[in-house]
Amino acid sequence: MSFILITGLLLGGTYALIAMGLNLQYGVARIMNLANGEMLVAGGFAAFWVYTAGQVSPIAALVVVAPLAFAVNWLIYRLMLQPLVKRAKSRGALEVDSILATFGLSFVLVGIMTWMFGGGYFNYSYLAQRVDILGASYGQNRVVAFSIASLMALALWLWLSYTRAGLRMRAVAVNPNSARLVGIDVPAVSALAFGLGGAVTASGGALISMFFTLDASVGVMFTMKALIIVIMGGVGDIRGTIVAALILGIAETFVARVIDPGLTLAAAYVLFLGVLLFRPQGLFGSKPT
Amino acid sequence: MITPRDIRNLLLAAAALGLAALLPFYDSGYILSIATTMAMFTVLATSWALFSGPTHYISLATAAFFGLGTFVTGLGFQTLPMWLLPLIAAGIGAVLAALVGMVTLRLSGVYFVIFTLGLAELVRQVVTWVQNRTGQRGMYVLTSITERDIYWQLIGLAALVFLVGWLIGRSRLGFALRIIGNDETVAKHSGIDTAMAKIVLFMISGAVAAVVGALLAPRYIYIEPSTAFAPILSFQVVIMALLGGTGRLWGPLAGVIPFTILWEFISRHAPNQTLLLLGVAFLLIVYVLPGGFVGLYDRLRRRFGAGGQ
Repeated sequence: MSFILITGLLLGGTYALIAMGLNLQYGVARIMNLANGEMLVAGGFAAFWVYTAGQVSPIAALVVVAPLAFAVNWLIYRLMLQPLVKRAKSRGALEVDSILATFGLSFVLVGIMTWMFGGGYFNYSYLAQRVDILGASYGQNRVVAFSIASLMALALWLWLSYTRAGLRMRAVAVNPNSARLVGIDVPAVSALAFGLGGAVTASGGALISMFFTLDASVGVMFTMKALIIVIMGGVGDIRGTIVAALILGIAETFVARVIDPGLTLAAAYVLFLGVLLFRPQGLFGSKPT
Repeated sequence: MITPRDIRNLLLAAAALGLAALLPFYDSGYILSIATTMAMFTVLATSWALFSGPTHYISLATAAFFGLGTFVTGLGFQTLPMWLLPLIAAGIGAVLAALVGMVTLRLSGVYFVIFTLGLAELVRQVVTWVQNRTGQRGMYVLTSITERDIYWQLIGLAALVFLVGWLIGRSRLGFALRIIGNDETVAKHSGIDTAMAKIVLFMISGAVAAVVGALLAPRYIYIEPSTAFAPILSFQVVIMALLGGTGRLWGPLAGVIPFTILWEFISRHAPNQTLLLLGVAFLLIVYVLPGGFVGLYDRLRRRFGAGGQ
């Protein structure tokens, strides 16, 4: 039992980082980014490539992956998504447009990655030794990935909570129109949030590739999980995202170990269903008025 | 009220369908095979647009309904009469749609999109799990049904879907859905049970997709979860419907024909690039052709029609 809990927590920590990336993009920039999972896979591929070609550790690769992903996502927001925000007559219209556009983007990215890397599976062996915690042994790479993900999530949370730039971002998350009234450059903050979200997700991908086998088309599964976590935790709620990610990690591990490894998505759906039925506003959210 | 214009449109539609039904006498090889695919997507995209057109709720669940339909035929074709299978599929499709609708359609559209996005994969996982538990693998659907029969069945189903769509468009339900699509708050305040209207329409669209699956099962011969629930089908349907445009009943058809030909061409010559094509088509719809061909047609007609008067 403690084995399932710890394995689940280790997995959930990485999920939390990925979902925080999506939450920044959806909560602040108001873009439901369905290409989020592809950013993750791209980050994983970058780490894989750097490791196999140059023997550079995937952790060191983060120094390149994160800024690169930031730049790419910032450009995507400025060039592709901002025109949609401008032309949208309502929040609903923007949602439909951004869903379709990011779907397009996700398929294009899968197409490009298949073309570059082929359709096969990718994994590499890094820190594959065991480490003992509470009498059971776990993969060292999982523990390291969890630790780095936690550090990054903590840094992000501190930045959002205690800096001026973080405050601006939270203001836009609460209400873009009011944020404009107090002199915040909403498009710039949104672009920053979108880029930052992409960087966080891609870093999560690089970490996950240390212990998880990826292929070009697996992104949508991660998108799905990240979406469920964001909804479960509440849009724009970092604490909720972390708790929800840990719950999902544990639930998945439990189902995989006890029932069947092929049913992990079903586990996520059971949680999703519970949230939709009983707490559509998120775990810690208050009822909308 | 049926106007002379309605009668003219009905006659035109009947003539077009009659003409389409004659195709198997002309060719029973490659062209028939493409035409069957087109007929399948016409039914799927048109029934998809019945729900998603007026409400703007993007459903990605087509593959889940379709896959269930193929499984109904796969499991029942030896023991049950053939005519019963599509009816069972329709029932199962409608029930699944009602369940999904009841959970998600009370809330905002985003929840619905996300829930349907993973639905096919979820059903596939559950079906695979049940199969593993019962020691069953994929199954063969060996029947005497030819492609020609399937084609005719699909044309008949298409006629039915067009008729239902036409009737809904004239009914109180269709009116209610258009109001919901324009402004859901207004719809609620004018006393429309918005959740109910959406659920009913989604059930129709889900039932039709399941029937299409049930009818097409003999074409695949061998059925297994990974092919029956392939999520790409949902996206193809969305693309075709939006490319054609959901503003009119015939809109999706205008998207199905060119896209099927293009898809066939690409998957023949560059099978790895089909996803790229799908992605580019999505971007095209958002940035170049909002409203699809129907929207383009209306814009052109407005520009040139107004100049002529």
